[in-house]
This record gives sequence, structure tokens and C-alpha cells, in this order.
Amino acid sequence: MSAELDNLYQEIILDHYKNPHHKGLREPFESEVHHVNPTCGDEVTLRVHLAGGVVEDVSYDSVGCSISQASASVLADLVIGKPVDEAMTIHQTFLELMQGKGQVVPDEDVLEDGIAFAGVAKFPARVKCALLSWMAWKDATAQAQSEGVTS
Amino acid sequence: MEGLLPDLDVIRKDFPILERVLAGGQPLVYLDSANTSQKPQIVIDTMVDHLERHNANIARAMHQLGAESTEAYESARDKVAAFLNAPSRNEVIFTKNATEALNLLARTIDLGPGDNVVITEMEHHSNIVSWQLACERSGAELRWFGLTDGGELDLGNADRLIDEHTKVVAFTWVSNMLGTINPVVDLVARAKAFGALSVIDASQAAPQLPVDVQAVGCDFLVFTGHKVCGPTGIGVLWGREALLNELPPFHGGGEMIETVTMARSTYAKVPHRFEAGTPPIVEAVGLGAAVDYLGHIGLDAIHTHEQTITRYALEGLQSIPGLSVMGPLDATQRGGAISFELEGVHPHDIAQVLDSRGVAVRAGHHCAKPAHARFGVQSSTRMSSYLYTTPAEIDALVEALHHTRSYFKVG
Repeated sequence: MSAELDNLYQEIILDHYKNPHHKGLREPFESEVHHVNPTCGDEVTLRVHLAGGVVEDVSYDSVGCSISQASASVLADLVIGKPVDEAMTIHQTFLELMQGKGQVVPDEDVLEDGIAFAGVAKFPARVKCALLSWMAWKDATAQAQSEGVTS
Repeated sequence: MEGLLPDLDVIRKDFPILERVLAGGQPLVYLDSANTSQKPQIVIDTMVDHLERHNANIARAMHQLGAESTEAYESARDKVAAFLNAPSRNEVIFTKNATEALNLLARTIDLGPGDNVVITEMEHHSNIVSWQLACERSGAELRWFGLTDGGELDLGNADRLIDEHTKVVAFTWVSNMLGTINPVVDLVARAKAFGALSVIDASQAAPQLPVDVQAVGCDFLVFTGHKVCGPTGIGVLWGREALLNELPPFHGGGEMIETVTMARSTYAKVPHRFEAGTPPIVEAVGLGAAVDYLGHIGLDAIHTHEQTITRYALEGLQSIPGLSVMGPLDATQRGGAISFELEGVHPHDIAQVLDSRGVAVRAGHHCAKPAHARFGVQSSTRMSSYLYTTPAEIDALVEALHHTRSYFKVG
């Protein structure tokens, strides 16, 4: 069980937890969302800034466990600077990893530090923690895009 | 250790699940009884026996099994009435759980603009949201008792909160998060002084201390079956018979009527008035066995056991660097649920590491977000003991928390 635990709490995750990247709310942004995990109360406020079809910035403020905090940090690392389409593909890949019940072999070329979350997929209660900021980002990006269309 | 149940080893053998060995060969250390209690063999066997030998619908089947099933269901009502020292068995209404019992009251008690309902900041969400909904529907005002820094009800402004427009004062007997035992007799008297109805949520009290509705003097009291060693899917609303019969029906359907015509229906008296449709029969039978079981051991003895374990746990927890306990620190003033924070480690992560050692606790807001907000925390970790908890299990928790600190390199 201790090996399982180490598999869950990879050093990469603990590093991101202790020193989260891109944390804090910044301007400019086109959309801001607030997502919560109703079962445990973890929360994230996340902003997205898009320009010319590229994710220019993702900024966030969050409270929660090591998994949810590290996941937000890895998300921001992965999608900032990427074209929105490519970022959405990364999102989909991460989602499949998390929903794969531990059977999916992660693609390090796509997910980079995100592969550290492979162990989380074996703990159903923690998958929501890992996905909190990712779902918030997808929601915020969709809002920012529809805003771009209407304005 | 003085105060423990004398036959603790024997009692533990009544609960087959306590023999469970978890992943990695770890024995189960179950410290989540405020969430749901474990079930003794007698409850399991009684339910199996009912399903194997006596199963039939109640109160309408004109055959032997129907009579046996009805007898079993109604005798569970007698057992619950005795458990609560209710003056009449008709005052015991079976519901799905405590939440449904509270919603029943919030839906049927007449409220209107100008009225107010007084609750407290330490309520479980079920005793908050049901009244929020009732106040939104009716235009009544919702008022709150605040909490002191020590986790007790702040009664300083009680005279302003409860007034002649107060219709309901609803409060928990024992907090599921802070463990606080509230002065229920005093609160009931304050409600009564203004003609307001008193509603007690005894979900955390009923498992661990004697509940005597006549001694408390309240108008309504609810609890849930699964926290008193019974099954899920069954709860209890107790209320004064005259008051219950004045309330309009909650759910319409079979069994709750006197007569039905196409023009109108008339309604049965309690308890059937509030038990529309086929009830959770075997669950009620299981609950009857559970309260009988607790009665045999004795709620006074269980309460003393809980306080002894709680005192030991409070000492152990406070020996851990960076750990702070929320709520009263005097074991005689609180129930067996102890929520705490451990500096530098999130409750989820604590619960995960504890689980890897077989120690089951709860992490999160425990359906008491306002109480957490009051103390400026988003979530906490909660251990909760019961009549089967041993000091050795508390030692295992404390040891696992030390391990958690080292795992996350805190301190």
C-alpha cells in the first residue's frame, strides 16, 4: 500500500504542490470561472486570456489538496503559449488518462509533468481533485471563445 | 482504562466488519462512525431473517406473511418509541433518513412573511438548506445563532434572535463537525417562551447519549438509522402527536389516507399520515434490532465509553506538532467526532495517507460549510469513534498522523 501511495504522490506532484507555477490571478483575461468540488469543498477561480487563437495566459487562485493544486500548476505549464486547438487536445489526453482507471499508459510527449498523475487514476475518489482545474479551464476557454465570436 | 465499555472485546466481535483486513494486510481502524456506524451481527441477521422468512408488504396483505411483516415493522416502531422514551408509538414516523424528516417539517409547518425561523451556524446542511428553501417559499426570515471561538453556540443575542414572530427554532443536539453538545433543554425553553416550535436534529446525539424526548421537552426530533448501528434508508421523525396531526400531509399516496374519492381525500392520523406508499420495511426492522442492541448495552455506558475515548483522542491528537483541534477541548462537553487541521497538509492528503495504513477518517467539509467558514477553514479531517472503538485504534491514528507529517516533510 505504501508503494501505491508513492505512486499517487509522485515527487513531481509534491514539487508542483509546494511551488505552484503561474499561480495568482492576472490581467488581461476574457473569462473567469469559479469551480468547486462539492464533495470536499476544493475551489478554483481561473482566468483565461486568448489572443489570435493562442492561450496567452491561464491564471488561477485555488484552495485544495496536493493533487488539485499540483494539477492546476501542470495545466498552466502545459497550455500557456499553445494554440487553443492543441491545448484542447492536451486536455482530452489528460482526461482520458484520468478516466482510464490506471490502464492508460500516459504519453510524456503530450503530457510532460502530467504523466505523474497516472497513479491518481487508480484512486477514484481523487480523480475529481486532479480534474478540477482542467474542467475549469475548458469551461473558461469555451466562454472566452464564445465571447470572441459575439463581440 | 476507566470508563471503557467493560466487554469491549465481546462488543467488537458483534461487528464482523471490524475483522476486515485492507490492502497491504492492514487491519481496519474505523474512525468514521459519525459518517455511518458499522452494523452488529444481530442487525444483519434480523434483516436477513426477515427477507428469508417473513417478507411481504405490510398493512394490506391478507395472509400470514403479511401479518408477520406488519408485526415486525410495527414492533420496530415500538422499539424506537422506547428508545426515545416517546409517550406514544404513534409519534414515531419512519422516513428515509434524517434529511427527509427535516424536509418533511420544513415543507409542512406553516410559515409566511413576517415569520422567522432560527437555526445555528453549526448545523448540518440538511438542517440549513431545508429551512432556506422554506423561507424562500414563504417569505419568512432565516436567522442564525453564531458560534463562539471555542465552538459553542453564542447565546449572547438569543433574546433578540428569538422573538414573538419566531415560528421554528431548529438546532443540532451534537455538532457533526465541532462535536459540541448544545444546551437543548435551554434552547427548547427559549422557543417555548415565544410559542415557537422546537426541532432537534439528534443525528449525532442518538448514537451516543440517552435521548429522552419527554425530559428534553422538544416538539420535534429527528435522527437517522444508519448512525445508530442500523441500516441506511431509514430515519425517524418524532413529534408531539397533536402537532403532527395538525400538519398537512407531506407525500400523497397509499397508506396515508382515510378515504379517497374523485372529489377529495381525507387523511389518516399519524403515524400513517406521513408514511405514504410502501415504506422501507426491512430497514425499519433492522433499525428496531439496532436500537434494541444499543438499549441492551445501555446508552449511559456508551456515552461514558465515548467520552473516555474522546478524552484519550484529544490528548493524543494534541501531542502532534502543528495539529489543532476544532471545537471544545473538554471531552465532557462534546461528542465523539473530532475535526482537526494539520499544518501544511491538506485534509484529503491526510485521509489518503491514513487510508494507506487502514485508518478510515473523513476529510472535507462534513456537510457543514458554514461552520467551517466560521473558523476560516475550507475543510478539515475528522475522526469519529463509537462503542466499538479502542484506545489502540486511537494510538494507530496518532501514529499514522506522525507518519503523515514525515511523508509530506512537514516540520
